[in-house]
Amino acid sequence: MSHIAPIERTGPGPGTLGLKKPWRFTAPTVLPGFSLTFGYTLVYLSLIVLFPLSVLVWRASGLGFGGLYAVATEPRVAAGLRTTFSISLAAAAIDVVFGLIVAWVLTRYEFPGRRFLDAVVDLPFALPTAVAGISLASLYAPNGLFGAPLAALGIKVAFTRLGILVALIFVGLPFIVRTVQPIIGELEVELEEASATLGATRAQTVWRVLLPPLAPALLTGFAMAFARAVGEYGSVIFIAGNIAYVSEIAPLLIVVKLEQYDYAGATGIATIMLAISFGALLAINLIQAWSRRRFGHV
Amino acid sequence: MSHSNVLARFGMALAATLLGVALVAGSARAGQSLLNVSYDPTRELYKAINPAFIADWKAKTGETVQIQTSHNGSGAQARAVIDGLKADVVTLGLAADIDAIAAKTGKIPADWQQRLPNNSTPYGSTIIFLVRKGNPKGIKDWDDLAKPGVNVVTPNPKTSGGARWNYLAAWGYGLAKFDNDETKTKAFVKAIYQNAPVLDTGARGATITFAQRGLGDVLIAWENEAFLALQEFGADNFDIVAPPRSILAESPVAVVDGVVDAKGTRKLAQAYVEFLYTPAAQAIIAKNFYRPAHPEFAAKEDLARLPKIELFTVDKLLGGWAKTQKKHFADGGVFDEIQKQEPTQ
Amino acid sequence: MSEATPARSHTNVRTEAPATRLTLILVAVVFLALFLLAPLGVVFTQALQKGFGAFAKALADDDAVAAIKLTLLVAAIAVPVNLLFGLAASWSIAKFSFPGKSLLITLIDLPFSVSPVVSGLVYVLVFGSQGVFGDWLAAHDIEIIFAVPGIVLATIFVTFPFIARELIPLMQEQGTVEEEAALTLGASGFHTFVAVTLPNIKWGLLYGLLLCNARAMGEFGAVSVVSGHIRGLTNTIPLQVEILYNEYNSVAAFALAALLASLALVTLGLKTFLEWRHADALTGRARRRH
Repeated sequence: MSHIAPIERTGPGPGTLGLKKPWRFTAPTVLPGFSLTFGYTLVYLSLIVLFPLSVLVWRASGLGFGGLYAVATEPRVAAGLRTTFSISLAAAAIDVVFGLIVAWVLTRYEFPGRRFLDAVVDLPFALPTAVAGISLASLYAPNGLFGAPLAALGIKVAFTRLGILVALIFVGLPFIVRTVQPIIGELEVELEEASATLGATRAQTVWRVLLPPLAPALLTGFAMAFARAVGEYGSVIFIAGNIAYVSEIAPLLIVVKLEQYDYAGATGIATIMLAISFGALLAINLIQAWSRRRFGHV
Repeated sequence: MSHSNVLARFGMALAATLLGVALVAGSARAGQSLLNVSYDPTRELYKAINPAFIADWKAKTGETVQIQTSHNGSGAQARAVIDGLKADVVTLGLAADIDAIAAKTGKIPADWQQRLPNNSTPYGSTIIFLVRKGNPKGIKDWDDLAKPGVNVVTPNPKTSGGARWNYLAAWGYGLAKFDNDETKTKAFVKAIYQNAPVLDTGARGATITFAQRGLGDVLIAWENEAFLALQEFGADNFDIVAPPRSILAESPVAVVDGVVDAKGTRKLAQAYVEFLYTPAAQAIIAKNFYRPAHPEFAAKEDLARLPKIELFTVDKLLGGWAKTQKKHFADGGVFDEIQKQEPTQ
Repeated sequence: MSEATPARSHTNVRTEAPATRLTLILVAVVFLALFLLAPLGVVFTQALQKGFGAFAKALADDDAVAAIKLTLLVAAIAVPVNLLFGLAASWSIAKFSFPGKSLLITLIDLPFSVSPVVSGLVYVLVFGSQGVFGDWLAAHDIEIIFAVPGIVLATIFVTFPFIARELIPLMQEQGTVEEEAALTLGASGFHTFVAVTLPNIKWGLLYGLLLCNARAMGEFGAVSVVSGHIRGLTNTIPLQVEILYNEYNSVAAFALAALLASLALVTLGLKTFLEWRHADALTGRARRRH
């Protein structure tokens, strides 16, 4: 309890925040504890994330911008980055669609086995990525349970780009389901009822009333699933095939560079990936903040 | 109220945990122990050798020592030692990885390979083929791997030490076949790699892709790996095919001076690496399908299992590891040129 | 979840036509079966292919026990530390408005997008013997990388955003009205947090904790880089799984993997139990709030 209690003790009292200063960092509020929690957030973030990542960027900066550009445009690296980002995008998009359905079904409907399915959603987090990769590879390999019938149809999954997609769908799914689920649980009953009373069809209610408040959570989930997919290594290498220019992911290229003790090159690729992901995440978060101001929704 | 109770209990749990960490961290250092940092395929080997050494050391000195082992890809292990993993002894997959430790940390002298007999190589292996039962594609030699329609499974030389041996074995065969014509050799090796639908990141991954996923007609593998796979996955599913000529894959060992001097374990570490050359250890080595430096100490039936192959070395054929590594496996090296191709979806 | 009761009482307007419902359930079940249940099935069939005896023996192995202990220890540190951060971050971000908020949220998201390979590497670059603090640490004989502290740090990094990211949208959605009311009525800040905010975010917090814990125990890539792979000493469950698998000991490997997978099921059982226990309070609150 000791670490929660100071929120009231050291925070400015209700209503006092900002009254004495002409310029305020935060908008006026009666809520206490901003300086403490905000300060703690910044310090912890800096220590655990920002400092180590800045060391990474610093190591890569030895290459200079020219060098970084040269690394990024090296055909093999460029191909790897393209593979990673395009398949991650596709996997996150697929996860949004099915994740929403899964979250909706798990939250709204009663059916046998619901609780079990609810539990299984967390699996991609709990299962070590290598195990996931091995299991998926054994299922989707040409002699596997799913791979054999698919191979009969002429579709090869394991050891192709499709295999990468399967692995990335797997790792990203819980992000969507778990971000959307609590919001579905919080949806206000009255709005739905009002909408129905006013003569809207169920489809209209879902589309115009229920989905808009879910959109920010979906977007958050999408961002996180995408971000996670971009970095994923363990589960992908077992199912990807790892052929240069075709099914080689960017994180594998980092490992390849490290294998040659090329720390500058490795940190260079890592920095490029970091920059792209950061840009994408920032864009999504800005859209969210904007929509919150614009529509008053989350 | 109940929430405060939960928080209080949670705080106590946290404190207890931190104490626990302190205790675990403290106890880990007790007792004299040796850390052998090795590469992936030697797990079974050192599982057999370590008890023999511990018994031998106890018989000689009366001390009970502990041998800890760490296994991972050879290159990753070298990097871990460079970044501070306190290995008393390194037993890696290729000399280039120990060279890297020597060059980047100075914890091993540059002439480490002269310090122990046989180029500091107590055991080695060679590269052979594992094929499906009955050898339906009739694979007998390296030439057969380059034929169209043959699917070859081999790991990625950019990430796997074992894969580099595979590649160099093919390269060495090519050089001999084409009278040292590198252009023709390159085309030959390229043809083999174009037959590879998957490049696993490690040698064991490749074995599993071939044996369990049913991919490919032939697996290029370390001899010891091939025999082990036969043992694990059933001799009725696979056959071993030995090419007439292949490379001698030397697995060198070294004491890490910088670590043993700091830890005071030099005597033990030195005894450990020397033990690897003793009759007892050499017999265990042969039992685990490696080629011992002293075949005379090995059991005859163990040696008889290994096929007769004309072996060439990296030093003789390619001028040593330092040169080979740079020329073939560095960025823009020969292997990268071989892989350069139009993206085929 | 908490919807069970209201959903039943408003069946006609608050749900889809039976056919739509059935289709959606089928889609969800098939999707989960293809992508989640099947791999789970593989794990358990492999683990039990030689019977329950072999499964139990694999879990009782010394190295396995050491790995389980280390994993529990790492999670027991990483999860509370990130919980504290998650509460602080979500309180300051969701309940106050200040410039640069999106940037801050993005920075919190960042560890998700960092490849596990890299999240291990950054700590090697900082604490490794060639790293920023390498010489100082060596001089003071402090081991971080290739020892327990390094594994803990890498795990904290990987699981850093989970709780914060779960709570921020939820707390933003709930706004500050209830807290303001409590404060106006004279409740202290801490009491307001405990009595008003905490109950409102309870389920989100629980999800966040479960995810954070699952990921902390299951992390492979980052931990693999900083562990040193010393048998019985610095191997966590996922690393031990890899070792066993590479030793062709797939029964033992998948037995440990099954242990991690069951963890997800056990924690969810716990969640279900809590929901059931507090069902009345929850629906009551939901009525009051709406």
